[in-house]
Amino acid sequence: MAELAIDIGVRAGTFTLEAAFEAGHGITAIFGQSGAGKSTLLRSVAGLTRPDRARIEYGGRVVHDTNKGIDVAAHRRKVGYVFQDDRLFPHMTVRRNIAYGAARNAARPGQPHFDQIVAMLGIDTLIERMPETLSGGERKRVAIARALMSNPQILLMDEPLASLDHARRARIMPYLELIRSETRIPILYVSHEIDEIARLADTLVIVSQGRVVASGDATALFARSDLGEHLGQGSASVLLRAIFRHYDEDHDMMELDLEGYTVYLLGPRNREDMPAPGTALRLRVDSSDVALSLVPRSDISVRNQLPMVIEEIIGDGRASVEIRGIVGLQLVKARVTRRTVEDLGLRPGNTVYALIKTLSFERRLVQEHD
Amino acid sequence: MLTGGELAIIALSLKVATVAMVAALPFAFLVAWALARWRFRGRGLLQAVTTLPLVLPPVVTGYALLVWFGANGPLGWLLREMTGLEFAFRWTGAALAAAVMGFPLLVRPIRLSLEAIDPGLEEAAKTLGAGRLRILVTIVLPLAFPGILAGIILGFAKALGEFGATITFVSNIPGQTQTLSLAIYSLLQSPTGDAAALRLIGFSVFLAVGAILASEWVAARLPSVRKARNG
Repeated sequence: MAELAIDIGVRAGTFTLEAAFEAGHGITAIFGQSGAGKSTLLRSVAGLTRPDRARIEYGGRVVHDTNKGIDVAAHRRKVGYVFQDDRLFPHMTVRRNIAYGAARNAARPGQPHFDQIVAMLGIDTLIERMPETLSGGERKRVAIARALMSNPQILLMDEPLASLDHARRARIMPYLELIRSETRIPILYVSHEIDEIARLADTLVIVSQGRVVASGDATALFARSDLGEHLGQGSASVLLRAIFRHYDEDHDMMELDLEGYTVYLLGPRNREDMPAPGTALRLRVDSSDVALSLVPRSDISVRNQLPMVIEEIIGDGRASVEIRGIVGLQLVKARVTRRTVEDLGLRPGNTVYALIKTLSFERRLVQEHD
Repeated sequence: MLTGGELAIIALSLKVATVAMVAALPFAFLVAWALARWRFRGRGLLQAVTTLPLVLPPVVTGYALLVWFGANGPLGWLLREMTGLEFAFRWTGAALAAAVMGFPLLVRPIRLSLEAIDPGLEEAAKTLGAGRLRILVTIVLPLAFPGILAGIILGFAKALGEFGATITFVSNIPGQTQTLSLAIYSLLQSPTGDAAALRLIGFSVFLAVGAILASEWVAARLPSVRKARNG
C-alpha cells in the first residue's frame, strides 16, 4: 500500500520541477545530480517552499492539494526534517534541542521516548553539551534524534551524510538502518551518492533535470539496463537478495541462501550487528568483481559459485562487455572482455558459473531488509 | 557627597531614561524586524526616518517634537484626548525626547543581530511544530539578545545624556525636565555651581563605566553571546 503519494510542479525562473511518485514505508531514495530539484522536493513536502501545483499525501493525510485548496502550514505537517546543515539551535543544549519538537505531542500516549531515541543514536553522553562542541557526526545524530523525537509522520532527510567523511558515514548508516526497521514511517532520503542509495533504498526515484526519470523498487531499477546514464557508476553494480541462514563461528563466516545456492559472507565487525537467522540481506556486487567459468571449480579460491543462465551480452565495440544472466529469479551482471566471450564461446542461453569472491561483498554493502 | 537635590536630579534622569527605553523597545524591535526581514515599498524611507534623529541637529528634532507633540500639536492633542497623556513641560516629554533620540541607537544593533540569525533555524523550528510566537520566544529573542542588550545600553546612555532635543521640547524645569545634562549645564552657568556640577559629572562617569561593566558581565554569562563572539 502506498504510504506516500507525491505529485508536485514547481516553476521558478528557468528552474522547473515536475515530480510524481508513490512509495510504501521504508526508505524512498531521491537520487539525482545536484540542481536536479531534490531539495526543492523535500522542502515542498515540508511546506517550506510553496509549489505551484501539488498533491502531497502521507500517513493517511493530505497536507497539500492545490485543486482542493488544502495547504497545511509547515508547523502542522508533522514532518521530521534532517537538514543537510543540521540546523541545531546554537543556544540550546543537545537535550533541549532534541526535546524541542516533543512539545507538540507531550500529552499523547505512545510518543517516542527520549531515552530510547538517545540510546538508539548513541548520544546519551552528549546530552548536556552545546552543539558547537560536537563533531560533524555527532551533530548529525543529534539532528536525527531531534527529528524523530517530534513523532513525525514522515522523515525527510536531505543528504544527511554529505558533510561527513567516509569513516563517519560508515558509522551513521547503521543508525539509519535501525530507524528504518524500528519506525514504520516513510522516509524520503535525498542523495547523490549511489553507494548510499544501493545500501539503503527500498524505493528509488531517479530525478534528472527537474523530472522523474524512473521510480519503483530499488532492486528492480538497479537491474534495468536503460538507466545507465542516470545511475552512473551504480549501473555497474547489481543488488542481490539472500536469506541469512547460519553463522560459522570457527571461520567467522556467514552462510546465506541465494535462490537455493549457498553464498558466503564475512562475519559482521560487531557481534551485535549479527542478523537473526531467516533475515533477508541485500548484497551489492560490482559487475567487474564477477568472473565466469563454464564448469564449477573446486580447485580455485572463490567460494561463491552460482549457476547462471546468460540472458544478454551487451557491448559497445570496446574491449569489455556486460553479461547479464539470471540466477534463479535474480539478475547478476558480469563485466568481462570481448576476448573472453569469444574464447569461451558464450551465447545467450548458455549456463555458466558466476564466481564471486567472498571479499567482494563489502560488509558495508550488506543491509537488513524486510 | 551628593545633596538631596542632586539625588533627585539623578533619580529623575534614571526614571526618564528607563521609561524612554521601556517604551521605545517594542517599537524598535518591530522596526528592526521589518528592516531585517521584510522587503517592502518604503523600506528605504523607514530606514531614513529611523536614522534621522542621529544626523539631525538635536534642536531640530526637539522643535519637531514641540510642533507635533506640544500642547497644541496634533499628536499631542490626540494623545491627551485619548489617554490623558501630556508631554508639554513634563518629565514625560523628556522621556519622549530621550526615546526618540535613542531610537536609532536602539534599532541598529537589534537589526544587525536579527540579520545574523540563520533563517534556517526558524525553518527547522517550524518543521518541529513551532508556531510564530514560539519561534519568536525560543529562537529569535534568545539569539538576538546580545543585540537587544547592546541597543538598550547605547540607547540608555544616549537617553541619560540627551540635551538639545529635551531643552527645546520641554525646557529646563527643575524637578520636571531637568535631567543630568541639563542640571550640569545650569550649574556651570551659575558662579557657585562648580562643585555641584563636578559631583554630577563624577556620577555620570561612574554610571557610564558601571553600565558597560554590567553589560559585559551579563553578556559573558549568555551562551548565545559566547557563540556569537566565538563564531
